[in-house]
Amino acid sequence: MSFRFTQAAIDTDGARRELQDLGSGGYVSFEGWVRDHNEGQEVTRLEYEAFQELAVKEGARIVAEALLRYPVKHALCIHRVGSLQLGDMAVWVGVSSPHRGEAFDACRFIIDEVKHRVPIWKKEHYRSGDSGWVNCERCAAEPHHSHAEHRHRTT
Amino acid sequence: MSTEAIHALVLAGGSSSRMRRDKASLKYRGQTQLDRTVELAKRHVAQVFVSVRATQTLDPTRAQYPMIVDSVEGQGPIVGIRSALAAHPKAAWLVLACDLPFLSDAAIEALLQARDPKTLATAYTSAHDGLPEPLCAIWEPAAAPVLADYQHGGGECPRKFLIRHGARLLKPVDPRALDNVNTPEEYADATAALEKSAPMQLRIQYYALMREQAGRSEETLETSAATPADLYTELAARYGFTLSREQLKVAVNSEFSDWSRKLAANDAVVFIPPVAGG
Repeated sequence: MSFRFTQAAIDTDGARRELQDLGSGGYVSFEGWVRDHNEGQEVTRLEYEAFQELAVKEGARIVAEALLRYPVKHALCIHRVGSLQLGDMAVWVGVSSPHRGEAFDACRFIIDEVKHRVPIWKKEHYRSGDSGWVNCERCAAEPHHSHAEHRHRTT
Repeated sequence: MSTEAIHALVLAGGSSSRMRRDKASLKYRGQTQLDRTVELAKRHVAQVFVSVRATQTLDPTRAQYPMIVDSVEGQGPIVGIRSALAAHPKAAWLVLACDLPFLSDAAIEALLQARDPKTLATAYTSAHDGLPEPLCAIWEPAAAPVLADYQHGGGECPRKFLIRHGARLLKPVDPRALDNVNTPEEYADATAALEKSAPMQLRIQYYALMREQAGRSEETLETSAATPADLYTELAARYGFTLSREQLKVAVNSEFSDWSRKLAANDAVVFIPPVAGG
């Protein structure tokens, strides 16, 4: 499966082996980590939740799009769900390719699209004791935001 | 709060004189009005009784359910309500007339949520004249002696009783929910309307903020909502969702969907708040 979820820590060595190919001259990966702050708040831990039946379909479509757009060999994305601590890896993307340029582009494409399109939600717990669903609580207060306007927020 | 919970009382002791047929046995979508009302009530309270006159206890439509037989003298629905309050003096009663074919789960739920046990009753106001609707209402134990006095003073009308003695009142969410059916013409209109907007069972799953605001991760519900847009309006009213529909996407049967797609029975619907993977 080119997109999948895991409750346990992401096995990056195993995932990397899935991409190995004698026709590939290189491999690019991206790791998303749990950061200790977001939008001025001190973050203590995160919870990820996904609508998995649809998320794995949408994730697989994104990887398939990447393989069509860029001349790369293999691509894979793995996302954590459940409770994560600071520094934990939340998401991993890997791409193998004959040439490095397309591998970087495809990897960037996949992580950007996953963040915008796949039904995964992140609840941040803050030092203050407060907590909130990222991109949801704020738009509730400002109902004119749309999905599109959230496109450029990063982890 | 009373030590006994809320019971439901379905009023089926009327004479149905204008209908010229027993209203409890009238069928809507193949099911009698009595069966429909009892089933609806059972989804909200543990014990449901049917209010009957002494002469109706052998009637097969009614006898399949626990009955409360009129135990006080007099005319009209007050007799049934008083008999129930007398049979279980500590219980409050969700009283439902047996001629409300459009009555919905949402209407019952909103009534139960609005209940104020310190009043004599919690009732809807009529969408037509703004007056209290005593026969889709919660009657509290404290109403028993006041109702007895009212009846002994010659009163027969539970609506006038609520106007005189006061009740916690709320506006119906769906104004049609309390439309009653008294004549053969109204029955024909109601069956036609129900066939057109046949309610169906849908499965709703909730994630993230929606799950927290709905207080559940999934439910199966009966609704007349024709599209995901209608369904969101209905559920947002019930659960007070803070996100507007424009901020959400929707999935039907685990695939993204248009808001205007026509829903079918047993569809699984998921509202998708703004995502935040990565």
